[in-house]
Amino acid sequence: MARRENAEINAGSMADIAFLLLIFFLVTTTMDVDSGIARKLPEKTDVQSDVIVKEKNVLDIVVNRNNQLLVENEYVKVTDVKRLAMKFIDNGGGLGTPIDDKPGEPCDYCGGERDPNSSDHPTKAIISLQSDRGTSYGMYISIQNEIEAAYNELRNQLSKKLYGRSYDELLGDYKDNPSKSLQEKIDNLKDKYPQIITEPEPIK
Amino acid sequence: MSKFKKKKKGLPAISTASLPDIVFMLLFFFMVSTTMRETDLLIKKPALPVASEVKKLELKSLVSTIYIGKSKDTRISGDKIQVNDKIVEVKDIPSFIFSERALRKEDEVKFMTTSIKADKEASVGTILDIKEQLRDINALKISFSTAKGNDLSINYK
Repeated sequence: MARRENAEINAGSMADIAFLLLIFFLVTTTMDVDSGIARKLPEKTDVQSDVIVKEKNVLDIVVNRNNQLLVENEYVKVTDVKRLAMKFIDNGGGLGTPIDDKPGEPCDYCGGERDPNSSDHPTKAIISLQSDRGTSYGMYISIQNEIEAAYNELRNQLSKKLYGRSYDELLGDYKDNPSKSLQEKIDNLKDKYPQIITEPEPIK
Repeated sequence: MSKFKKKKKGLPAISTASLPDIVFMLLFFFMVSTTMRETDLLIKKPALPVASEVKKLELKSLVSTIYIGKSKDTRISGDKIQVNDKIVEVKDIPSFIFSERALRKEDEVKFMTTSIKADKEASVGTILDIKEQLRDINALKISFSTAKGNDLSINYK
């Protein structure tokens, strides 16, 4: 019994090794989560379909290279865009898009002023954003953000009315627990207030 | 009586036996939360604009990133576009997307997103050109990368 069998392995350097690895991962880590404004580009088609859109169903937003903004030919600030867009989308002054040969119906969920000179129906309301090639990207994003905010707020309002929960909360719920009924609710809200944004050729 | 005389004098050394455990815990945390830095920026780091209505990008492995910003050399004006590790022209964007697609499985291609990380000083013309190129090759899902914040006024000063 003079010699001990299996001498214990010295674990004293374990901490050093772990520290080394730790420092390596610390250095290579980037913690930032990539987030942004999601957009779907329109598909390119060869067929040019002539769709006639009434002037009153289009909200013209024009921004020039000095980052100045015109909405329906009136000079406004970026912070006004959301209010104007909401007013325009939610107007509901006429009939909606006909689906499957059924005639369009008036918007029964809109809270707008029903001004006959503004948009007919949220499903018909088009937002047109024309920018200049020299407009700064920050401005462009700000406007996109305001438009997105307008749609989100309208969906939130409707969602509160229909389901007692806001659209954002529904999306959060869906992420945690994707169920069919939630999917239907979200799709319904998206159908009620579809995002129709068009970006014509920039001003040269 | 000798039993009681064994008492040590002074403070005992703090045991460092649990140090490896603590360090390992930290290590695992960083290992799990790490994404390896993929590209070194050849352009000046884009100062992203701020937006309030942001969505998180899901499926990080299906995201291809396009950087747009100023050149590091301040004498050169105009917007530079970087993909992977090189500076490219607008017309090279499709080939970049095709090479990104080739790396993914076929059924994942339709979920691929292009993230545009552009400097807030960049001109919209460049962005629109890139969007046009992406439309040409049917890469329709895009995301304008932004920081989250509520004060938008810093975007356009």
